[in-house]
Amino acid sequence: MSREEILKKVNDIFHDVFDDEDIVVTEETTAEDVEDWDSLMHITLISEIESEFGFKFKMKDVVGMANVGEMLDIIEESMA
Amino acid sequence: MYTFNELKKAAKKDMSGYPVYRLAVVGDCATQHISQAFKGYAHCEGIALEVLDTDYDQILAQITDASSEIYSFGPDALCIIMCSEKLYDAFTRTAEEQRGEFAEKKASEISSLWECFKRHRSGAKLIQFNFPELDDRVMGNYGGIYSGSFIYQQRLLNMKLSELASECAGVSILDASYVQNMMGRNSFCDSKLYYSAKMPFSLSAIPALACELTGIVKAAMAKMVKCVVLDLDNTLWGGVIGDDGVDGIEIGELGTGHAYAAFQEWLKELTKTGIILAVCSKNDEGKAKEPFISHPEMVLRLEDFAIFVANWEDKASNIRYIAKTLNLGLDSFVFIDDNPFEREQVRAMIPQITVPEMPEDPAEYVGYLRSCDLFERLVVSEADKDRTRQYREEAGRAVLKAHYEDYDDYLKDLDMEAVAAAFDEFHYPRIAQLSQRSNQFNLRTVRLSEEEVRDLALSDEHLTLYFSLKDRFGDHGLISAVILKISGDEGFIVNWFMSCRVLKRGMEEFIINTLVERAYKKGIKKIRAEYKRSAKNNMVSGIYDKMGFTALSDDEETKEYILNISGYTPQKTHIKESLA
Repeated sequence: MSREEILKKVNDIFHDVFDDEDIVVTEETTAEDVEDWDSLMHITLISEIESEFGFKFKMKDVVGMANVGEMLDIIEESMA
Repeated sequence: MYTFNELKKAAKKDMSGYPVYRLAVVGDCATQHISQAFKGYAHCEGIALEVLDTDYDQILAQITDASSEIYSFGPDALCIIMCSEKLYDAFTRTAEEQRGEFAEKKASEISSLWECFKRHRSGAKLIQFNFPELDDRVMGNYGGIYSGSFIYQQRLLNMKLSELASECAGVSILDASYVQNMMGRNSFCDSKLYYSAKMPFSLSAIPALACELTGIVKAAMAKMVKCVVLDLDNTLWGGVIGDDGVDGIEIGELGTGHAYAAFQEWLKELTKTGIILAVCSKNDEGKAKEPFISHPEMVLRLEDFAIFVANWEDKASNIRYIAKTLNLGLDSFVFIDDNPFEREQVRAMIPQITVPEMPEDPAEYVGYLRSCDLFERLVVSEADKDRTRQYREEAGRAVLKAHYEDYDDYLKDLDMEAVAAAFDEFHYPRIAQLSQRSNQFNLRTVRLSEEEVRDLALSDEHLTLYFSLKDRFGDHGLISAVILKISGDEGFIVNWFMSCRVLKRGMEEFIINTLVERAYKKGIKKIRAEYKRSAKNNMVSGIYDKMGFTALSDDEETKEYILNISGYTPQKTHIKESLA
C-alpha cells in the first residue's frame, strides 16, 4: 500500500470517528487543526486505526505522535 | 455487536418520545468512553438514556456527599465501575499478613457504599461492575489455591459481591468478568490505554459491556422477555418429522442429535426461571406432537409448553394467536426458527418481536443464544418456577369455558377461592415483580422495588393488600396488589395492579369488596382513586366507574374518583375468601 493510499484510508477513518465528511487531513495535520480532536477522540482514533490496519501502536506512539505524518510513518513501519 | 463508533453516533440520536431513564456513572478509572457507549446502546434499544458521567476516581466523594453531582442529577440508577488494575494496586499495598482478608474487607467497603447510596436515594437501582480476572502469575497455577494470592482474593471478592447483592434489594452485579471470559483478556483490555489514559477496557470490550448494562436497565424498566416461540423441524430436532418419522429425527446423545438435545436442555432451564415456551410449527398437529410423547430421548415434553400450535397457517398469524391466548404483549416474545424466510416474514409482520438470527449450524444454537443475552431479569420468584403450568391451566380453562353457554355458570363452577392479606416478607419479591411486570392492568403504573414494597408494608400510613387466587384447575399464586394511603378518615389508592391472567373472573370485584371492608374496619369513610393513562393501560380506564366509584374529573390523562363507603353495595363475585 502506497503512502497516499494509507493517507486516504486514514482520512476515511477521521470522517467516521469525527462524524464529519469535510475533514481533509495531510501529513502536517495536528490535533490543533481538527475540531474535537481531544484526548478522548485520540483514543477512539488510535483504536480504529489499529483495527483497520491490524497492528498495535506502542504506548509511546500514542502520546508522542506530533502530526498525521508521524502516524503514517508508524503505520508504514508496521506493514514493512 | 455494534462497534464503539456506531454507538458513539447512536448516542447523538434524538430520542424524544422514547421512555427516559437516568443513569449516573462513577468509576475509579476513565469512564468517558463507556458512558458514551451506554447512552448509544440504550438508544439502539429504544431507551432515551440520560447519562451523567462523573470525574475520574470520585466514587467515595460522589456517593457519600449528599449534595454531590449524582444526587442533584436524580438518577434512576447508579453504575459503579471499579477496575481490576486499581484493585491490584490496593492488594500490593496490603501487608502480607493481611492479604488473606483482602476480599472480605473490600467487599464490606463496597457494600457500605451501596448502603450509603440507598440511604441518600432510596428506590434507585445500583449496578455494580464485578472484577474481570487479572492474574499476576507470580506463583503460576499455585496462586489459584493460595489464599494470599491476588487471583484467589479477587475470585473470592467476586463471589462475595454476588452474595451481598443477593441480600441487598435493588443491586445488580454487571458481570464484567463474564464479558472478559467470552472475549479473552487480550481483547478485553489494551494495556497502553490503561497506562496512558486509565482506561481498563479496550474499545472492542466497551460495546459488550454496554450491552450488558442495557439489558439490566431494560429489566429495570420491565422490558423483559416472557415467552419463547419455537419452530420444530431442524430447530428442536434434526430432520423433518412429517418425512422422517419419530424414529428418523435426530435427537439424543448420539451424533448431531446431541446438539439439539443440548438446545432443549437449555430451553428447559429457561422455563425454570419463568420464561414460557410455545410451539409454532408448520405441521400436522398429531405428527408434530409425536416425538414429545413417544421419543425416549426428547428432553422437552408436551407439559413444558404453555401452548402448542401446529397447522399450515402463516407463522405471524399463529404467533398473534398465541399472544392473544396467553394474554401477553408481542414485545415480550422471542421467535426461534432455523428458516431465514420464516424469520424474515415474522419480523416484517410483527416488528415488536425479537427474532434472533440463528446460526446455520445447530452446534452453535446454544452458544449463540447465550451470547444474545435476551433473558436479563432482576429477580426469580417462587411463582416463576411453574409459570408454564399456570399458563397450561389457563388453556384448560379456555376449553371448559367453551362448554358453558352462560359465563356466570362457568365462573360458579370454577370453585374460586382467594386469599387477601397485608404485604408480608415472604411475598415482597413477587409483589415488586408484579408491579414491574404489569403494564395493562396497572392503574397508576407506579413501579416498586422490593425495598419500597417493604417500606410500604411497614408503614403505618398505608393499608396494603395482596391477593392470590386458586380454582379447581390449579393455583394462580399472587396475582394482584392494592396500596391504600391513609390520611385521617380518607384513603387514596396509590396503586392497584393485577396480572391479566385472571381478568374477568370476578377478581376485580372481590378485590374492591375486600378493600372497602378492610378500609372500613380501619375507620376510613371515603376512598379516593385515580386512573393515570399510560401507553398500555387503556384496558382499565373505566374500571373504577364499573366498581361503583364516582368520577370527579374526566381528563383524558388522569381521572379522579371518590367512593363513600357508607353508600357502597358490594359487587357481585363468585370468589370466596380463604385464609392465608
